[in-house]
Amino acid sequence: MNPPPRLQPEKPSLLRRIWQSIFPIPIIPRTEQDRRRTFFTYLVLHFRPATLPEKTLKFSLSWGLGGMAAVLVGLQIGTGLLLKFVYEPSATAAYESVRVVMLEVPFGLLVRNLHHWCANLLVLVAFLHMLRVFFTGGFHPPRQFNWIIGLTLFAVVLAANLTGYLLPWDQLSFWAVTVSTGMLEYIPGIGLALQKTIRGGAEIGPATLRIFYAVHTAIVPLVLGLLMAFHFWRIRKAGGLVVPRGPEEEPDPNPVRVPVLPNLLVREATVAAVLIAVVMLLAILFDAPLAEPANAGLSPNPTKAPWYFSGLQELLLHLHPIFAVFVIPALAACGLVCIPYLNYDKTVGGTWFVSRYGRRTAIQATVAGFFITPVLIGIDDWIIKPESGLIDLPAYIGRGLMPAALLLLAAFGAYRVVKGRGSDHRSEAVQAVFVLMAAAFIVLTITGWWFRGESMLLAWPW
Amino acid sequence: MTKKNSTEETAHSSQRRRFLTRLWFWLGALALAEGAYLAVRFLHPRKPQARSGDFGALIEAGAVDSFQTGSVTAFPRGQFYLSRLDDGGFLAISRTCTHLGCTVPWVEETKAFACPCHGSVFDIAGSVMNSPAPRALDIFPVSIENNMVTVDTSVRLKRFEFDTKQAAYPKKI
Repeated sequence: MNPPPRLQPEKPSLLRRIWQSIFPIPIIPRTEQDRRRTFFTYLVLHFRPATLPEKTLKFSLSWGLGGMAAVLVGLQIGTGLLLKFVYEPSATAAYESVRVVMLEVPFGLLVRNLHHWCANLLVLVAFLHMLRVFFTGGFHPPRQFNWIIGLTLFAVVLAANLTGYLLPWDQLSFWAVTVSTGMLEYIPGIGLALQKTIRGGAEIGPATLRIFYAVHTAIVPLVLGLLMAFHFWRIRKAGGLVVPRGPEEEPDPNPVRVPVLPNLLVREATVAAVLIAVVMLLAILFDAPLAEPANAGLSPNPTKAPWYFSGLQELLLHLHPIFAVFVIPALAACGLVCIPYLNYDKTVGGTWFVSRYGRRTAIQATVAGFFITPVLIGIDDWIIKPESGLIDLPAYIGRGLMPAALLLLAAFGAYRVVKGRGSDHRSEAVQAVFVLMAAAFIVLTITGWWFRGESMLLAWPW
Repeated sequence: MTKKNSTEETAHSSQRRRFLTRLWFWLGALALAEGAYLAVRFLHPRKPQARSGDFGALIEAGAVDSFQTGSVTAFPRGQFYLSRLDDGGFLAISRTCTHLGCTVPWVEETKAFACPCHGSVFDIAGSVMNSPAPRALDIFPVSIENNMVTVDTSVRLKRFEFDTKQAAYPKKI
């Protein structure tokens, strides 16, 4: 009995074959050619190009902010899924289940804190990302529409934060959401109906919690996922980030390219690791707040909207409600949407603040915004209080049309001053208006959140 | 088939095709509209079924004489205050601030409703004494029969400021 002759090489072991069915080529490429194959073979890497222009790797071009936002969304999905196993979305059980997460579930406190800090950081990082895209001219063609997708993403992030804010069902969340949704009432025409739909009734109650939970845990992740995929896809179609070039230079059709693996991926992993470390530290050191259980009969003093809406709430203290929550926000939203579609004399890319002149005027506008806004707040609070009768006009003129006209005048003035007579500084002028408004909004937010004490009077935060 | 006939046929078939394409388009739009309608109906608040004595139902507040003039009595379950004005009239005032919806407590010392959230102040009749509230507190209809004060909390009346017509007066005997 002779053994049959061996015609084939030895078959790999079962484990080996299973491994190869999942990873057909080595995960860590060893040659340049392997690298390209790795990209085309693996789904996760397929989102990325094989090479990218070397100049776009520069950290001070992007500060890694978009990547940070994506990492934070990932952390939110992870921690959110964990919390979903314990949280009970009903007005009677929600508060107790949050306490169970904090006190009884191993590492529950840490996971809740992580979810809290990532949520707040996400708003901040997304806002900074928007500023960076604006200042480096990342909204010029072919990236115009991606700016709009980005704005929509920011709105979804705000919705995610607000709906999540209600879920602990404590005094803090109950009244913050009462105040935030209370602002909707002032939108002319549809305001009341909109408010009733969002609250699931005339007041905040069990129906509100049900709706907010559904939006927070199903609609927000779905919409966020789809929009993010769309956002990233448009970045790839635009050929990655803007290749930095000087104000006078033409775009380089053939920039020097380097492989994404390892150049970009290692940088991204570093940013992600540092960010996760920072978030961990925050979550370990500072606990997410949990106040007394919600009580519809007792409003705390003061009651504040979440910090990202405290700018709007601050505006509401000074202006006629229709102007504070409708006219001015609508004008601002309109301005933001219009940014990529205006006519510019320079379509610079990757250079911060357009030009040296642009940088100087942007700093001047920032200083002006940070100086004028607190002065106006002080004047309104201490000198022309509505009770003083100093301005004896109907509220919609004295506290509506007049301030709105003043705002438009300020915007127009900044535009004219920076543009200069007959010169071509249109890009810098638009930038100055944007900076002025952003600075005013930041001051309003800071004032509303930190400098409003009992009965919403101006007070030192310490 | 003659040549003329065949071109006619093509014209007909392309017309038919266009019609069918449009039909598909409109059917798709209809399906979307149905989906949107469903979403709106699902989101629409159901009619709250108020238990007697709770907010949303008729609430018997008490006998006329049990309320002194110039006094305010809280009805927490009904979410309103019963104000008896100095002239003897009754007002059922909502506890919800007209600024942003906080719950307004009655402060006995200052004889005013003072909102803790943003500092709005209202007098005993619910009129604004101090902004930012844009209008007087809402009221609920009060009826007085057989010396008994009843408040209908299912109807919320909005008003800009107090007017004596809003108050309910007991019949002079």
